[in-house]
Amino acid sequence: MAGEIKGWDRNQMAARAAQELEDGMYVNLGIGIPTLVANYVGDKDITLQSENGMLGMRPFPFEGEEDPDLINAGKQTITELARTSYFDSATSFGMIRGGKIAVAVLGAMEVSERGDLANWMIPGKLVKGMGGAMDLVAGVGRVIVVMDHTNKHGESKVLRDCTLPLTGKGVVDRIITNLGVLDVTHKGLHIVECADGVTREELIAATEATIV
Amino acid sequence: MKKVFATASEALDGLLHDGMLIAAGGFGLCGIPELLIDALVASGVKDLTVASNNAGVDDFGLGKLLATRQISKMMSSYVGENAEFMRQYLSGELELEFNPQGTLAERMRAGGSGIPGFYTQTGVGTQIAEGKEVKIFNGKEYILEEGIFADLSIVKAWKADDTGNLIFRKTARNFNPPAAMCGKVCVAEVEEIVPRGSIDPDHIHLPGIYVHRLIQGQHEKRIEQRTVRKREEA
Repeated sequence: MAGEIKGWDRNQMAARAAQELEDGMYVNLGIGIPTLVANYVGDKDITLQSENGMLGMRPFPFEGEEDPDLINAGKQTITELARTSYFDSATSFGMIRGGKIAVAVLGAMEVSERGDLANWMIPGKLVKGMGGAMDLVAGVGRVIVVMDHTNKHGESKVLRDCTLPLTGKGVVDRIITNLGVLDVTHKGLHIVECADGVTREELIAATEATIV
Repeated sequence: MKKVFATASEALDGLLHDGMLIAAGGFGLCGIPELLIDALVASGVKDLTVASNNAGVDDFGLGKLLATRQISKMMSSYVGENAEFMRQYLSGELELEFNPQGTLAERMRAGGSGIPGFYTQTGVGTQIAEGKEVKIFNGKEYILEEGIFADLSIVKAWKADDTGNLIFRKTARNFNPPAAMCGKVCVAEVEEIVPRGSIDPDHIHLPGIYVHRLIQGQHEKRIEQRTVRKREEA
């Protein structure tokens, strides 16, 4: 296992994921690195959905201006925009299930070469629930996973088959890791690009899944 | 018929029985029916099944009903914020049925709309699909999910008129409308009850047909994750 590969840091991964977003898109960003993607959309007109019932999220409020009636899906206090709309949870997941949200950017524990995604439970550990993740991956037009390429033991998180219980089967379109960008194709994973300072050979060596 | 009651306990009078199924609105601690939950604690009703996206925190929201062991089963999508919940769940005292968040919302909406089941792609190929009927539409797999028909709905809105027409505020709307719809009886708690005619009929979020009893009260509206930015970043 190539231990000291550099590649992208969290912010560079988020910036790379932001390149996937196009002007006019309605987008759902997950918790963790995906949340950072909002910092890199530049001038593009992107509307962020919060699945608890809001389109048009803005950043955290100034101290003293927190509103207990205004939170994101991570239960953090947030603010609204001039374009913001609110709706109930059934409507929110109606737009998700109905394919109205163009892109979801999510974190993952494991992704397989067929686009299977595992990000909600580790058997034997405390299971908190899937929240809206299963609905998002099943319904959203394009699912992009942003995650570290390997776990803390240096083992590939991009696998032939997921070992953890699935969040969705064959749902991931593109994987962005600290080592590069991979697309899920019906033959296996296709390398779109390598991260700065990472060679194709290093990326293949760090990946358990089939790369074509 | 008069829908407005003086207190949460009076509004629940005659509606409770052990072993009942209650649908509750709210997301995290946002928009939860905190006064009605307190009244349920005081009533001592037990062996409850509660359909609610989350389970509150240890000392607020549904966490209070868990602390008193009045809940025997939860139907939820995410329960990570409650240590007592986890203790009861891991020891086998509490049953937990995980529902994907959108599936839970749609199960409530469907139940309230007289739809006993619907097909969804959510959960296909996962543990959630185990034991559920699979049907192919246009070459894609869908699983059958059932509508929720609750004995009682408890919800929180911002404003109501005295006929039960409701307005919600910002993201505190969340599960409240679908939860309200799926109960045989729905009790709503609001911050303000205004006379009929005070709300523009075009601005009503949930028509009073879904709301049978109403109370007005003071809400703590606790914030679960207070996140702010510094002024100089502006």
